[in-house]
Amino acid sequence: MHVAVITNCTPDTAAAVAIDSGGNLKFDDKLVVNPWDEYAITEAILLKEAHSGQVSIITLGGPEHEEALKHGLAIGCDQAIRIWDDALQGWDSLAYASAVAAAITKLGGVDLVIFGKELPDIASEAHIFQTARRLGWSPLGFVAKIEAIDPAARTIRVRRQVESGTETVTSRLPAVISVIKDINEPKYPTFIGIRKAAKASIPVWKLADLGLDAAAVAPKTRRLAYQDLPKREGAVEIIDDPAALVDKLLEDKVI
Amino acid sequence: MSVFVWIELHKGQPIPASFEALGLARQLGDRVTGLVFGQGVDDAVKAAFAYGADTVIKADDASLARYRFEPYVALLAGLVKEHSPAIVLAAATTSGRELLAGAAADVGGGLLADVTELSLDGGKLKAVRPVLGGKVLSVEAVTADGPQFATLRNRAFPQPEPDAGRTGDVITVSPALAEDAIAAKVDSVESAAGQISLSDANIIVAAGRGVGGPEGFAPVKALAEVLGGAVGASRAAVDAGWIPYEHQVGQTGKVVSPDLYIAAGISGAIQHQAGMRTAKVIVAINKDPEAPIFKLARYGMVGDLFDILPRLTEEFRKKLNK
Repeated sequence: MHVAVITNCTPDTAAAVAIDSGGNLKFDDKLVVNPWDEYAITEAILLKEAHSGQVSIITLGGPEHEEALKHGLAIGCDQAIRIWDDALQGWDSLAYASAVAAAITKLGGVDLVIFGKELPDIASEAHIFQTARRLGWSPLGFVAKIEAIDPAARTIRVRRQVESGTETVTSRLPAVISVIKDINEPKYPTFIGIRKAAKASIPVWKLADLGLDAAAVAPKTRRLAYQDLPKREGAVEIIDDPAALVDKLLEDKVI
Repeated sequence: MSVFVWIELHKGQPIPASFEALGLARQLGDRVTGLVFGQGVDDAVKAAFAYGADTVIKADDASLARYRFEPYVALLAGLVKEHSPAIVLAAATTSGRELLAGAAADVGGGLLADVTELSLDGGKLKAVRPVLGGKVLSVEAVTADGPQFATLRNRAFPQPEPDAGRTGDVITVSPALAEDAIAAKVDSVESAAGQISLSDANIIVAAGRGVGGPEGFAPVKALAEVLGGAVGASRAAVDAGWIPYEHQVGQTGKVVSPDLYIAAGISGAIQHQAGMRTAKVIVAINKDPEAPIFKLARYGMVGDLFDILPRLTEEFRKKLNK
């Protein structure tokens, strides 16, 4: 089985962020592997252990995203690819999806694509479903457990967690899935794995390598600026008596 | 300007966030079309008119009984290509976010996902969206021509008053895919029955490490029950295995904006704040008067939650006559 896992680096969830006068984002700490992707990478390795085969790990972005690829290689991914091209600068979800789908097609023989639930930088998972659509494969989002994969019958059965409850769905392979936190306990790299990954040479696939032109990835939306959250007004009012708090909340008409 | 709104159904009824989308559609455009897909949808069609649709396009078929990506995307994308609406809106639920992403890919349209503000600027959608786990806002705009897509965060937009007398034309369409052309089959569904969804809740009572164990959620649940609210939890309580993940509020859980959020025994790590800071009123209950949650809260009680929560529950029971 050939599993492709898609990853990116992202600012640390604990990092303080600030916005300058030009609406640009500043953060102090270095990027980390998207925490959601750690579940995706681990799940890909677990599938390789169960069904044999190979795992390819792919990112789209500048060299700062290679850290996520090296993390994957150190855990057991077999090959890493970085997609980047000047024309991808300012990518939106559809541009990302178009390039990633083209890379998966170029790899050939991929049975399953795994994404972490979302990319926190863009706070969206649209690129996951759009990648599936570009490939013409069925996406199964918000997967809490892979119940079964039958490589011979070419089927996958998963449990998805959605607002209305938990769905068990069977679909055909190849498929695209996004995984949530419940799915596994993330693996961490070994010292030997880290040393091996550090030596790996990672190819960069440009648009021409993917058979795409700039028009195919022209973004359809644009970020104008970042803004600070509105400040919450007023200081906290400390109340000792539960009855007084109940009265305040009734006055505020939130009950 | 023509606006399509996908009306998401839960057990045959539109979800409240779909009404919020209809309300916003009326502000953005002058022709609002509600899209109702499902099986046995006549009540939902009536509701779509009552909450603001001028026209309803309905597809009523067994293959659409439950939301599935492929048949819904094929149907929506086909209707968008045929009618060329300027704007397509849906609630930013898991289904709404998937569906509009898929349809936007099919028609090559710009998509603004999970927005908390949306306006038109020179005919193009402009949105404010929380990013990076809700720590900052991103202002984004559609730049491409053609249909523009946006999903709206639950409770970020007001729900319009229904007018049961409103009615309009109903266009009936057939599914775009036959059942045997659909790869995904739903084997079973465990409904989150009886529980109020965190994203839709007006009131949430949440607890964290301070409850000390699974049985510590009993007074939290008791208060939520009296208030008709939902139970939330911090990551610490979920990771400890005291309560299932679907209750988790925060950066790696759900983002909520209820009218009232009562945080008991939650210190208020930045990752938790990201999930609840847009609540209208926040009440913090914590032993530690220095806990960061007090910086967000309008009201605070310093003390033991096991002492305070039962007394609050009792007071509410009295005042609400429950």
